[in-house]
Amino acid sequence: MFGEGILKGLAETARNFFGSFVSAERLTTVEYPEQRIAPFEAARVFPFLVYDGEDPLAGLRCVACQICEKECPPQCIFIVKSSDKKPDFVGKPQNYPVRFEIDISVCMSCQICVEVCPFDAIKMNTEFELSTGDRFGGLLLNLDQLVKPNEYYHRIHPAGAAEVDARLAGEKAKAEEKAKAAAEAARAAAEAAQAKAASEAAAANTTGEAGAAKTTEGVGAAKAAEETGVAKAATGEAEAKAASDAAKAAAEVASQKQPDQEGRR
Amino acid sequence: MKTVEEIRAAIEAAVAGAGVEVVPNPSPSGQHSLRIEPGHAVEVARFLRDDAELALDFLSNVTGVDWLDREIEETLPVTRTVTKLVDGAEQTVEEMVEETVKRFEPGFLEAVYHLYSVARKHGPVVLRMRTVNRTDQVELPSLTPIWRSAEFQEREVFDLYGIVFTGHPDLRRLLMWPGFKNHPMRRDYVEPDDFEYEPTAHDRVLERALAHQSAAELAAAEQAVSGGAAASPAEAVAQPEARQGTEAGA
Amino acid sequence: MSESRIHSAAAGERLERPENWNRPQRMEIDGDSQLLEVSMGPHHPSTHGVFRMDVALDGERVVRLRPVFGYLHRNHEKLGEGQSYLSSMPYTDRLDYFCSLSNNWAYALAVEKLAGQQVPERAEYLRVILAELTRFQNHASSIGFLIQEMGASGTPLMYAFREREKILDLFEELTGARMMCNYMRFGGCRVDASPAWLEKTRARVKALPGFVDEFERLLAANEILMARCQGVGILRPELAINAGVTGPMLRASGVGYDIRKVDGYGIYNRFSFRVPLGEHGDVYDRFMVRLLEMRESVKILEQALREIPEGPVMDPRLKLRNFRPRPGEAYGRIEAPKGELGFYLISDGGPNPYRYRVRPPSLINLTILEDMCLGHSVADVVLISGSVDIVLGEVDR
Repeated sequence: MFGEGILKGLAETARNFFGSFVSAERLTTVEYPEQRIAPFEAARVFPFLVYDGEDPLAGLRCVACQICEKECPPQCIFIVKSSDKKPDFVGKPQNYPVRFEIDISVCMSCQICVEVCPFDAIKMNTEFELSTGDRFGGLLLNLDQLVKPNEYYHRIHPAGAAEVDARLAGEKAKAEEKAKAAAEAARAAAEAAQAKAASEAAAANTTGEAGAAKTTEGVGAAKAAEETGVAKAATGEAEAKAASDAAKAAAEVASQKQPDQEGRR
Repeated sequence: MKTVEEIRAAIEAAVAGAGVEVVPNPSPSGQHSLRIEPGHAVEVARFLRDDAELALDFLSNVTGVDWLDREIEETLPVTRTVTKLVDGAEQTVEEMVEETVKRFEPGFLEAVYHLYSVARKHGPVVLRMRTVNRTDQVELPSLTPIWRSAEFQEREVFDLYGIVFTGHPDLRRLLMWPGFKNHPMRRDYVEPDDFEYEPTAHDRVLERALAHQSAAELAAAEQAVSGGAAASPAEAVAQPEARQGTEAGA
Repeated sequence: MSESRIHSAAAGERLERPENWNRPQRMEIDGDSQLLEVSMGPHHPSTHGVFRMDVALDGERVVRLRPVFGYLHRNHEKLGEGQSYLSSMPYTDRLDYFCSLSNNWAYALAVEKLAGQQVPERAEYLRVILAELTRFQNHASSIGFLIQEMGASGTPLMYAFREREKILDLFEELTGARMMCNYMRFGGCRVDASPAWLEKTRARVKALPGFVDEFERLLAANEILMARCQGVGILRPELAINAGVTGPMLRASGVGYDIRKVDGYGIYNRFSFRVPLGEHGDVYDRFMVRLLEMRESVKILEQALREIPEGPVMDPRLKLRNFRPRPGEAYGRIEAPKGELGFYLISDGGPNPYRYRVRPPSLINLTILEDMCLGHSVADVVLISGSVDIVLGEVDR
């Protein structure tokens, strides 16, 4: 029959039309803004900077290495590096960004800045309701608008944030172990130095009597030496060390006294 | 499919006087090219298309490449006559000395053709043609009569590089508008700076935009933007007109 | 399919062809009729983007047609010379903006050829899965737009877009964005697909054949569609090959050339799928070829999702930053949904390519638009240009 194809087509259309009242598969729209679909975890809109803890500037992960600025394809990131340093999450002093601006009218959400950041400092936000009336200034996000806490990152991207936290915790643990090992090595070196001092003091005991009057000073100097050396020595060793140190200290004090008095004047 | 050397031999056997040279490709892709002289290019192309064994009936891609003038410094061993002491007596001897020589290689434009065969399902065969220089002798023969797919692509190469294809049925600009001057894809092309001042442009873009604006215009533009954030929508609409007013007046 | 003589020629035989056989025919105009010159576009709902056709009409019949484009020209090739190899990847998304993952793969393939880079197996499977999903949603949209241009007021288009939305949701979950995916890298893919994503994809792919059946029932036997599309815009196979036409348009003319089968790039030679061919080379054949290719894509997807192995998705030794391939050149091509998408890269050893060229299938398929439209009416011109399936992002770059 002529027209059969058209009728079959109309039957399909009718099935879709009536089906959209009963089946969720066929009705695929959501009444935005009264209803909203939660964004996907991996969704990328525009970048933001992560900070750990309470203070956005003290806990900022970004060290202004400017790798993201160089790799950004449309060159929409502008960073000015600080001249001083602040400690990062492992305690190492790092630079920080004095100015960090992203022009989101240029940003194409490619996520290359996130990929190349070695410090997990910049991540992608999922917020897209960013319309503003100011065409130029309103679309230039500065540091205050870009920093968000790590808890926010956990909220929008739980799996990724957990992985980053685990990795950073691992790095911190490694750094602490390294510091401990360095401290142990320093302590062992100090103990070796003390043993050497003891043998020297035995030989220098005769000359030590000349500095006996300044033993108190020597003890003070020895205590200071202990603090810097991190090691606690036995009293006998301390005395021997104090004797040899006192001999050295006396000579130093004698040579330094004149400039001190001049300085105080 | 034959190797590049065999194809070269076949071309030279079929087309008398065709100067064909193999240009090796050092990358792992192994796609070596054949450089053909413009004089016999159309006959070579016809042979490649109609030969029953090669049957390169499908021209996939036409590209233009710009090779700039280069100055090459080379350290070469050179024979020089020097006067030196030999066995206590001064003599003029010929010696090999290392000298740094500067060589000037003039630039040229190049058209690269990638050919495949639909009939035999092999390829690619890469052809290259070079112009004499980059300035006044930039003609090359068009291969559009052989492969129609070159029509738009050669127009694009003409538009963006400036190679004039003689024998092309309709050589006009393709992507740029008809009154455009200059050829944008050349390596020494300088973009024009006459773009509008935008307050958030930084660095290079800002410098070049500033060069086109007077101080008065800039102050007015800054005012408009910084004042506009707090202004009512009506004023915001009026501001572009105000800016244009100051530009026209300045 | 009519075998052209070149397929059966003896060795050494030179074929003669008439002069100008591959040029458009001159149309005869009636003695006293005046030509009406119409500019269709660039603002036009049916020209698939900012695309203009300068049409000279004798009454209702097309006498001359000249495509004009460049309205979306962003000089992508010059941008590529200024960007590093990694930074060019997001720009390739924006070439054929419907099929960003295919563009990514073509570029990644060209760079891998240039640098001799290997790709792990799981990444190859993921690439195939994403490319076939892209092909499915591209063909669905293309058919939908074609039907809309015939006057179906958007209903079949919206059904196609409903399926496309589901596929785009899959893309967003994996790559982070619906259209500008920026997912492939030279040496693999950016992130791994979770088992949850693979399960979701399997569930979607299971529902796809039902949709294709529905689409076919809706349209393929429709008398209006057949009357308007059959016999319109015929393209002869020899002319198609000579004009560099590729993709579904070439196969609708009866030429069995699919780069997935010919080059066997990636791991396509592991999957069994057929290549649908048309007989007449008209608009109806192109429509049917795209519909059948959707079914073949589903077959490939089912096989790939079944066989995907575990493993890494990126070569761990590859460093993306400061990637400097050796000097040389490479031309890498894939079967994109629109045709043969190729990238030609010349490296001079630096971090940026010396020459970065995109071979756009849509532009080259437009070469014979005039030939196909001569003698037809204006309404047919809209259909024919729609059946070429162009995207201006690719034509103009």
